[in-house]
Amino acid sequence: MSLQFYYFNLMPYAALDLEERKKYQTAWLNLPSRLYDREDGRALYARWIGDYIKADALGFDGVGVNEHHQTAYGMMPSPIVIASILARETKRAKICILGSAIPLRENPLTLAEEHAMIDTISGGRLITGFVRGIGAEYHVFGANPALSHERFHEAHDLIIKAWTSDEPFAWEGKHYEFQYVNLWPKPYQRPYPKIFIPSQGSKETIDWAAHPSRRYTYCQTFSPMVVVKKYLDMYKETAAAFGYECPPEQLAWSTMTYVAETDEQAVREVKPHFENFRNYFLKMPMPMLMPPGYSSVSSMMSIMKAKGNITGDMTAEQAVDLGFLIAGSPQTVRQRIEESQKLMGYGHFMTQIAFGTMPKELSDKNLTLFATEVMQPMQNQSRAAVAA
Amino acid sequence: MAKSKQILERSKFTWMDCSSEVVEFGEGPALLYLHGAGGAGPLFDGEKPAAFLEQLATRFRVILPEHPGFGDIDRPEWLRSIHDLAYYYLDFIEQRGLRDVHLVGSSLGGWIALEMAVRNTSALASLCISGAAGIRLEGVQRADIFLWSREEFIQNCIVNDAKREQMLSALAENISPERQARVLRAWETTALLGWNPRMHDPQLKYWLHRINVPTLVVWADQDRVTPLAYGEAFARMIPVAKLTVLAEAGHLTHIDQPIRFADAVATFAQELAA
Repeated sequence: MSLQFYYFNLMPYAALDLEERKKYQTAWLNLPSRLYDREDGRALYARWIGDYIKADALGFDGVGVNEHHQTAYGMMPSPIVIASILARETKRAKICILGSAIPLRENPLTLAEEHAMIDTISGGRLITGFVRGIGAEYHVFGANPALSHERFHEAHDLIIKAWTSDEPFAWEGKHYEFQYVNLWPKPYQRPYPKIFIPSQGSKETIDWAAHPSRRYTYCQTFSPMVVVKKYLDMYKETAAAFGYECPPEQLAWSTMTYVAETDEQAVREVKPHFENFRNYFLKMPMPMLMPPGYSSVSSMMSIMKAKGNITGDMTAEQAVDLGFLIAGSPQTVRQRIEESQKLMGYGHFMTQIAFGTMPKELSDKNLTLFATEVMQPMQNQSRAAVAA
Repeated sequence: MAKSKQILERSKFTWMDCSSEVVEFGEGPALLYLHGAGGAGPLFDGEKPAAFLEQLATRFRVILPEHPGFGDIDRPEWLRSIHDLAYYYLDFIEQRGLRDVHLVGSSLGGWIALEMAVRNTSALASLCISGAAGIRLEGVQRADIFLWSREEFIQNCIVNDAKREQMLSALAENISPERQARVLRAWETTALLGWNPRMHDPQLKYWLHRINVPTLVVWADQDRVTPLAYGEAFARMIPVAKLTVLAEAGHLTHIDQPIRFADAVATFAQELAA
């Protein structure tokens, strides 16, 4: 399989009044919704959905959506709504829900139903992603973070069984109990869609995703390049310990790219919008990101040590150095993707093209340049290699 | 102060697939102290108990167990709600053969004590709660402790300037990974028990009338976690209850006002005996 390209959009509320935002600690949880303007919201939905459709037409192998609640960071509390639209409005691209936060649902079967509908309506183009939801969602939902892992695993097992059973069954679990599980419709893909597991790096997640009974694609998000490599390597080693060689199809990297005419121009243009994204949309205090019990004690300790970067600020230049952001001329961006792909052996490259406060003219240019001068030449090259 | 009687005795209480550490010291009637969300660790500086405990130990045999899910061991499978800890400590009293126990609980520990007392008071001589969780009062604003950093927790729970500064500077020091793990585990178990409904049991208020032992409600005048209105409500809802309000104190009343806290407990017990 050649490298797969995915267009990913958080659908930020790009119209956010930054001066107002600066009066608060974060764009999450309790940034007052009076800062949301319905006309701006309407225009942004039109713009972001339009971009997904354009990405499909430009030849991206997939388009990605995800779920966050009560935040200006993303206008997608329900990825199901957007994925449903894309199921009809896109033609070829896979539709990746990366992911649905299954422990937040009182009844995870509603999610199994919705994903099955989208897979069927799109003719089998769904890639399913399961996540626990970040810490902030547990504050929003009142869902108990100390039960998050247990609920995630049980909800997952329930969904898989519901997708694969041909007869009604009863579910008697620790967190969920249903007398009648009998899914109509079931997914179009048999036995069920491919599953991606987005993560910011956790040994427990890797052990679970790499297990031979699952072999889910592990997707490292929002991390400096060394951290991406560390966790993708960990996944490969885990697979090897399980007795199989991890193919590129099981590894994905989700990052941000910005392409302009020259390296210098790219950094100059992306700088304010990346920094707004990083420092005003993404940033949140540690107790919000990591509520007690959200991860095991040992994971929490290593995350607290490593993740100073989500609670602190970062410049665009630092982000480029760290490989958190790829910015440059088409040649530079292509080179960085090729080098990192060779180094890390991932099979899926997911990228955000429009982020933070980026205006339409820049995100349009970025999308076109990335697609036509980075992605398409790489796709053509691997097609030629296959043909030869 | 009879220091010789304050030698700490440490033992393990092994029960329900769970082994927790119990510290005992002092001499006198049995006083079972149930710690709050921070765990037992912060109540000792090495072998030296916090001032309020030292003071209590001049009058009581202080028995201080660490709750399951706190300390060094992950929570047991059976632990899911505050009710489980209530039954666990009723078992503890029974297994240890304790009688006429003065049950004292702060914050989360106060909630456990209340849940025990609505179930069975036969081994209790008295109950004392301070800054207890367990009920929700409509319209009384409570802070969200789970959004506080540890610094903010200290800033919001300690009123005494010198003590607050001392605790903040201790926090700034590099704490050992073991201690850090204990803090994280304590908060994890607190979230397990009190994330939603937030630090209360919606049914508890209907059964407080069952508490048939003399009850002392000690409350801080400046408690931001469970404001004084909570202390007043408990004093109203528990049949035989006395409210003592301590001035110049925050949610960690026993830290802010150690001597007055211990004296209030001791005086209450003495009056009962008389």
